[in-house]
Amino acid sequence: MPEPTTSTPSTGASTTATSTPPAGQKVAGAPPEREFTVAERSQLQLVLRRFLQHRLAVVSFVVLILLVLLAYVGGALWKYKFGEFTPDESEPPSWEHPFGTDSAGKDQFAQVLRGTQISLQIAVLVAIFSTVIGTLWGAVAGYFGGIVDTVMMRIADLILTLPLIAVAAMLAHNFGGTWWLISLVIAGLYWAYVSRVARGVVLSLREKEFIEAAKALGSSDWRIILRHLVPNALGSIIVNATILISVAILLETALSYLGFGVSVPDTSLGLLVSEAQTALSTRSWLFYFPGLFIILIALCINFIGDGLRDALDPQQTKVRR
Amino acid sequence: MLAFTLRRIVVSIPILLLSSFIVFVLVSTSGDPLEPLKVRQPPVPQQTLDAEAERLWLNDPLLARYVRWLGGLFQGDFGPSVISTQDIGDQIGTRFFVTLRLIALAMIIALVLAVIVGVVSAVKQYSITDYTATFVGFLFLSMPAFWLAILLKQAGIEFNLAVGDSVIYTIGEATPNFQGTFWERVADVAGHMVLPTISLALISYAAWSRYQRASMLEVMNADYIRLARAKGVPRRTVMVRHGLRNALIPLTTVTALDLASIISGAVVTERVFQWHGMGEFLLDSIATADVYATMAWLLVTAVVVILFNLIADLLYAVLDPRIRYA
Repeated sequence: MPEPTTSTPSTGASTTATSTPPAGQKVAGAPPEREFTVAERSQLQLVLRRFLQHRLAVVSFVVLILLVLLAYVGGALWKYKFGEFTPDESEPPSWEHPFGTDSAGKDQFAQVLRGTQISLQIAVLVAIFSTVIGTLWGAVAGYFGGIVDTVMMRIADLILTLPLIAVAAMLAHNFGGTWWLISLVIAGLYWAYVSRVARGVVLSLREKEFIEAAKALGSSDWRIILRHLVPNALGSIIVNATILISVAILLETALSYLGFGVSVPDTSLGLLVSEAQTALSTRSWLFYFPGLFIILIALCINFIGDGLRDALDPQQTKVRR
Repeated sequence: MLAFTLRRIVVSIPILLLSSFIVFVLVSTSGDPLEPLKVRQPPVPQQTLDAEAERLWLNDPLLARYVRWLGGLFQGDFGPSVISTQDIGDQIGTRFFVTLRLIALAMIIALVLAVIVGVVSAVKQYSITDYTATFVGFLFLSMPAFWLAILLKQAGIEFNLAVGDSVIYTIGEATPNFQGTFWERVADVAGHMVLPTISLALISYAAWSRYQRASMLEVMNADYIRLARAKGVPRRTVMVRHGLRNALIPLTTVTALDLASIISGAVVTERVFQWHGMGEFLLDSIATADVYATMAWLLVTAVVVILFNLIADLLYAVLDPRIRYA
């Protein structure tokens, strides 16, 4: 379990004199005399080291950065804008149009870059909203327990009972087709998953001594939740949130494919696949490139999640390495 | 055990009621079911519109509509559909089994595949086989269900073109108006199931095989496995008798939890292969703001998911006697 530097009042502190300043300095203070030197490593360094050992995750991270650059910088510099009609209709991939053009003459490369932007933006928005809401929800439920826990978790269960695509399609039909509304709809369902994870971790942390110590020192409930419980649960939450993000990207593409997601004049990778579906035999490039980009983005995020799991949450990975 | 079962069912009822009300409000406010009539040219007479509104209970306040709908359910009435000739109960009745056979078969295939792949990669941990299986698993985990389905469909079409005969069915869940004996009919339905089932199974197996691998590794590291090996029990017997049998237990819970997401996958798969199943029914109902049809779909699905989870929990206690539901 990652131990944040802010909350290390260990059990030893309670036996010493009451005038001892807040614990935690014991570690950072005078180094114990040893025959060998021990370099001090911060939490962040430890996590970073473990992450860097996961080669696939590092490669995925680099690829994802490149994708972000390609989507935004490349999208801005590319000679065609998305939605722009060129005189070339139904052209197969060439130097002029790397991903070909559709029957209306739109440059597929520009379209795919725009779709990638949408997918990445949805990923970020879903990540932020569902993680913040879900973490707080789960932490509050787990910390207070009893009736609060029951009611809050039943509400989360309620969301988890239904197939996401059905509820999301319904809500998206209700609130319409811009990318940020779609991501709010997805986040409005995904926080329930995050809250389950957060609650699970908080339930076990709640019984730990440092929470008892914080209580004895007179910390308020909110302080304990925000300063002690959430930072300690963050490892598992980030890992699970990362994997959820790739699921969220896939959900958005599925919604767009079904006609309940991002709608024209804007575009998204799912919409592009949907439009290309009928022309697969004659203009297959329209179908393959957006699909490959979806897979590439989701794959990178999944591998990064795997690496983060190794780095942040070694307990979960006792079977790996 | 019986008390636990009863309590779970009783607890589920308020959840179902509350969620049905929230969803009812959301669907009812999501669009005007009379919209297509109102914009029709030449204009529809006002009487027709009034009659439609009356037929769809639109003149009642929202809460009254909900209560009326709920009351109707107890008499087996799902309420009026926007399509006046369509009976929601009949539709669900036939479509349910179409989708059920897709989901059931896909889940069985996915489970078998997941167990085989998971166990092999656990036993050969960090080998080329393990890494390949992991990578392929992640690949399917990152693949949109519809993309794979379209790809398989196209492969089927190309194959048919190459052979010059339609060997692989790529559209529909059965040949419409099929004439033939019972067994020919079975063969026809089975033929239509091949591609959609493969597609849904491949999308679903990946996550399970990861779980299976982890749980197999955990079991194989346990002390009793080492003891069994030390006693001289052959490696193969230890793996199957002591290892696999215990490593399968966690998969029951995971399978039950993932049912909702497989239904999501089935909706998309059905759309690609143009099946007349539950998925099509849902998408059409949402698109036409058909409140009672959407509600019926969600209700049936929620009941199935809740029941399936309950069965999984009970099965878990049977498989692992350490779990007791007091």
